[in-house]
Amino acid sequence: MTDPILDIKDIHVSFDTPDGPVDAVRGVNMKVIPGETVAIVGESGSGKSQAMMATMGLLADNGTVRGSAIYRGTQLIGMSKSDLNKIRGAKITMIFQEPMTSLDPLYSIEFQICEPLRVHGGLSKQAARDRALELLELVQIPNAKDRLKAYPHELSGGQRQRVMIAMALANNPDLLIADEPTTALDVTIQAEILALLADLQKRLGMSILFITHDLGIVDAFADRVYVMRAGQVVEEGPAEQIFNAPREDYTKLLLGAEPDGTKDPVPETAPMVLSANDMVVTFSSGGGFLGGKLREVKAVKDVSLSLQKGQTLGIVGESGSGKSTLGRAILQLLPSDGRVVFADNVISGLSRHQMQAYRRDLQMVFQDPYGSLSPRMTVGEIVTEGLLVHEPGISAKDRDRRATEALRAVDLDPAVRRRFPHEFSGGQRQRIAIARAVILRPTVMVLDEPTSALDRSVQKQIITLLRDIQTELELSYIFISHDLSVVRALSDTVMVMKNGEVVEHGSTANIFNAPTSDYTRHLMRAAFDLKSVLKEHANTIA
Amino acid sequence: MSDTQTDIQIDELDLGTSRSLWATAWLRLRKNKAAMASLAILIIYILIGTFGPMLTTHDYDNSYRDFTREPASLQLYPPTEDILPSAERVITRARLQPQSVELDGDILTVTATSSREIDERVTRYMDRSDLFANTRVIEISPDNLTVTMQSDVQRYRFIFGTDSNGRDQLARIVIAIRISLLIGAAATAVALLIGVLYGAIAGFIGGMVDSVMMRVVDILYSLPFIFFVILLVVFFGNNIFLMFIAVGAIEWLDMARIVRGQTLSLRRREFVSAAEALGVKPVSIVKRHIIPNTLGPVIVYTTLMVPKVILLESFLSFLGLGVQNPLTSLGVLISNGSRDIQGTPYLLIYPSLALTILLFALNFLGDGLRDALDPKDR
Repeated sequence: MTDPILDIKDIHVSFDTPDGPVDAVRGVNMKVIPGETVAIVGESGSGKSQAMMATMGLLADNGTVRGSAIYRGTQLIGMSKSDLNKIRGAKITMIFQEPMTSLDPLYSIEFQICEPLRVHGGLSKQAARDRALELLELVQIPNAKDRLKAYPHELSGGQRQRVMIAMALANNPDLLIADEPTTALDVTIQAEILALLADLQKRLGMSILFITHDLGIVDAFADRVYVMRAGQVVEEGPAEQIFNAPREDYTKLLLGAEPDGTKDPVPETAPMVLSANDMVVTFSSGGGFLGGKLREVKAVKDVSLSLQKGQTLGIVGESGSGKSTLGRAILQLLPSDGRVVFADNVISGLSRHQMQAYRRDLQMVFQDPYGSLSPRMTVGEIVTEGLLVHEPGISAKDRDRRATEALRAVDLDPAVRRRFPHEFSGGQRQRIAIARAVILRPTVMVLDEPTSALDRSVQKQIITLLRDIQTELELSYIFISHDLSVVRALSDTVMVMKNGEVVEHGSTANIFNAPTSDYTRHLMRAAFDLKSVLKEHANTIA
Repeated sequence: MSDTQTDIQIDELDLGTSRSLWATAWLRLRKNKAAMASLAILIIYILIGTFGPMLTTHDYDNSYRDFTREPASLQLYPPTEDILPSAERVITRARLQPQSVELDGDILTVTATSSREIDERVTRYMDRSDLFANTRVIEISPDNLTVTMQSDVQRYRFIFGTDSNGRDQLARIVIAIRISLLIGAAATAVALLIGVLYGAIAGFIGGMVDSVMMRVVDILYSLPFIFFVILLVVFFGNNIFLMFIAVGAIEWLDMARIVRGQTLSLRRREFVSAAEALGVKPVSIVKRHIIPNTLGPVIVYTTLMVPKVILLESFLSFLGLGVQNPLTSLGVLISNGSRDIQGTPYLLIYPSLALTILLFALNFLGDGLRDALDPKDR
């Protein structure tokens, strides 16, 4: 066995907060061998990112680190900033989760790649430009030559992540630390980026340290895996062993966290609750007073759907497919064209006031559990807000009783009523958001990516909860998600959307087992069979 | 919580201490020493402004003609050696010839003669002076030409000195703090009320209404402030309430812009969409969801606005457009003091110090609050 390129021994990280010190990482040992891909897997709060940040000297101001991290015989912990900078960014580089914000919007791609090359690498202007072009070609950006002059906003999320990787490769690093680099991307883009990383590693012979919460991509990608929980490494071993013969309960739990089960279709005789015909949503910008030329974008193009009592319609699509817009347009939260019928009443085109009568029957749960709860209100106030609108007559005592019931229904201790949203985890917040909708006893609930921001294990709980509530209250769901496995577990009918149009529509079993369109097939493979996608990529390159 | 296949607890609820965002902010603020010191200073100022005028030994509008431009000191006025000459001066002014003037402790005994008959009301001449009080006739000769009077000698301390009208500078500063704080608070309250409502409404409704409302703000911005104040003074005369209105009417513009910006970003947050999906009325959304969430930046801006307003008032008063005599403000005091820096530096130094300390405290507190309420900005 060769000497490790990075050897982390007994790293401790703690943060000084107003509530006293918080230990984020508690004694972690890790090793990276040259040319190896190591994955650190853990759910949010497990300390997986902080361990690496500490090694790289990138902790927030209130964080302190103890322990040792040796890169090729050099101790990184406690190193002066200027010495650290010689290694950091040259020999060990990092890419981060958010490709949207890690590039400076004011400078062209060329400038952002060239500047460090000229400043640190001492290259001439022309040499730096040649190198930048070479790097962009290396990360397989189409028309690299034209793209040099582009600004970040002109690139898609996947392309930006490629540019970030190009920048990380600029100085031929020994180790690339990738902190959730594909989490913000669609599954098909994720597959491409992972294939790119695997290919680059093979060609350049560097090591990759891959931090992720998603065990699925680790299987296809990593040689060795560390599983972290609550600041400690729970299990480590070769990827094969972790996946096929996990020793620890926690690892087994993570592996089993993939949502399972299916939903039986509703009988055909079930009454129709909601139907939408020829929905069109147009966004316009500009125009009007001093606004310049009017520009219009059709986000949803002639989409029709129907929903029966007790049915769950899954709407699947990548970002920009118009699925969320469609959900909001159906609930009349966005101006749209088309006819929406709810319980034999036409609700499209109603004024806000007229719509009031139907609001309690049509509820919505949003994607971001951190953004959808008003931060200055207590949980009790949040949950009962709908009652103030729709049952203004009932007393404060009755409202409190209803809040207790609703919180019990979502498996939360009713004692949380007096607390504020920031005290809860993502999954708990999503429960509160569901309680807020359920308290009104609605008929239809539009769930806009309710599980996307959650860890897998928490996701599974929320799915079970949604199932239970559905049977209990005979609810109909419109379930919007980019996550195919969650949609498969919850819906009985699925609609696949792309660029505002419906690509495919049918029963869940049909869509998942026998997709008819190429796009759906492509999506399925990227989501469920990443290994074969990566293998295929590797073969085409070789 | 039932879906775990092992004994590993997922997503457990921590029912430990509960704390609202405000309580957390207060904890953070308490760690900021400069901000806490500023808060203490500010409280002292408010106490001075509220109760100070009742506690000072002199009235702010009382002028001691005998003690103009006395330097700041702990000395008693008049000095003992000055009492007899002053007494003689007063007697002469009463057209009497002093025969004997004696001082025994704080009691002055005067014997004086006159060529004309002396009326008993002669004591008033003595009382008219700031130095003597309670003058009483002890003895008057049968021919009414000689009188013996006794007076209590009044002795004063002017810790911060007196101004050119003989008014006690300490009392002036105390009342000036009250006026300056009052203007700061009142004008800020006016600005806060108009600005927050206007900004929240413009930002929440958006579209055309927003455009029109914000253009109105732009137009008001373009009015020269001094010109606006001069107009107000010309039309309504010079009084202190006008100051509140004038300053408040200018300052709400900034507040409206800040709140509108906040509202625009809050408008896109999902909890506002969630409220709309529940069918909550726009008025309630603004009241329950928008305004409480703008309060953090608003509070910070308010603490920074108060010193701005105080400075603005000082500036107006300096120009003679603000508070009028005998009432005073820190700006007026500084303006008066600056007229003779060499002769009476203490008239400039003390009010300037009072203003500077107040402004420092407010600004440090504002900065501290910003850090406490919005830790991401650090």
